[in-house]
Amino acid sequence: MTPLDFVVSLALISVAAGVLGSLVGLGGGVVIVPVLTLLYHVDIRLAIGASIVSVIATSSGAAAAYVRDRMANLRAGMFLEVATTTGALTGAYLTTLLPARFLFVFFGLILAYSSVSTFRRRHIDAPLTVSNDRIANYFNLHGSYHDLAEGREIAYKVVGTKLGLSIMYAAGLVSALLGIGSGALKVPAMDGAMHLPMKVSTATSNFMIGVTAAASAGVYFIRGQIDPIIAAPVAAGVLLGATVGARVLGRTTSKTIRILFVVVLVVISLEMLQKGFLA
Amino acid sequence: MSDTPRLPTEPAPGSAEAIPLAGLERSGARRALTPDEARRMAVKVHRVELAISLVLRVGVVASVLVIAVGLGLMFAHHGSWVRLGGPVSYRALTSASTAFPHSFGALGRALASGEGRGVVVLGVLILILTPVLRVAVGVISFAYEKDTPMALVTLFVLAVLVGSFFLAGA
Repeated sequence: MTPLDFVVSLALISVAAGVLGSLVGLGGGVVIVPVLTLLYHVDIRLAIGASIVSVIATSSGAAAAYVRDRMANLRAGMFLEVATTTGALTGAYLTTLLPARFLFVFFGLILAYSSVSTFRRRHIDAPLTVSNDRIANYFNLHGSYHDLAEGREIAYKVVGTKLGLSIMYAAGLVSALLGIGSGALKVPAMDGAMHLPMKVSTATSNFMIGVTAAASAGVYFIRGQIDPIIAAPVAAGVLLGATVGARVLGRTTSKTIRILFVVVLVVISLEMLQKGFLA
Repeated sequence: MSDTPRLPTEPAPGSAEAIPLAGLERSGARRALTPDEARRMAVKVHRVELAISLVLRVGVVASVLVIAVGLGLMFAHHGSWVRLGGPVSYRALTSASTAFPHSFGALGRALASGEGRGVVVLGVLILILTPVLRVAVGVISFAYEKDTPMALVTLFVLAVLVGSFFLAGA
């Protein structure tokens, strides 16, 4: 396989990763890391560096549209970033203190639980109309979006900000410690704990993951994990895919997005458990 | 997207809704906003949204263009990379021992000598800095809209982000 074949084929796969990542609010590392290590036999350290690039590309590519179209809740996203960035910073210090195997099993189980609870909410997608949450009211985190699948404006209220902040802190922590799973915890935090509509949750998660990833991307660059010939097709392909995905989300029903998210969550959870038990 | 962004419109002057109320147009209330306050606030928030969306789009387009130029240079300088059944396998470029710029000094030297991979790394760095830039624009936009609580929240996020970059360098 010549370098040109490599670049072209990886770019095409990255387009698919970008579409999937932008729909479910995850960075596409779920696709990129296994593809690079198993299909192309790339060194795992370089694959993780490419996955960070893919997360930022998904986030920026999709969020440009999500924020403009008010699909992402900008205020809630920026507010919750306080917890994710703090968590990521703490995680960077804890890396050497906690055994990675234990963490993989622990978060694998948490994600398995949240995939079940996300799936069980598939029939109750009615947004809240009142909120007594003082933090949500103080920062006015409530919002509304135009649902193209239902053809109407949907207003929603936010609750459970304290629980949401705690889960977001854990999301930042786990992404710094394990390099994966930041979006996987962000979506359940917003959908489950804070009652944001499913599509707003994935769009807002998309908006947020770029910042969490950027916080650790500097480290990956200095450590020499960002190989240009891998990063170039991944970045370009994912950006194109995310732009396409951002057009699709509005037209897709919440239930479809929820099921898609649950499937991806189950895969990540199994991946984590496998790493924890077999590493 | 061809669909224009839908946004709660400001009430027409003279209509019943345009009667000025002593309402809030920023966060900081210890109660839920009235529908009228919420509508005026949504208009302000949408200006912040458009600014942030623009930053993201500019960052994304700039990085894609730079990366494309870099890739073009890489293949232009190494004709054998393109040849079918050519002597070079991609494996040589993606192994743990592959050399590529991963410090600002090395990046500067690669750019000065017109190396394609240096240009690609520059494009990737633009991509990495885009989320940081959008947080910075968030601080400025919220401050401009006099939404102090949100401006402070965003400023905190920016401080942690910038701090993490310095920690990475240390």
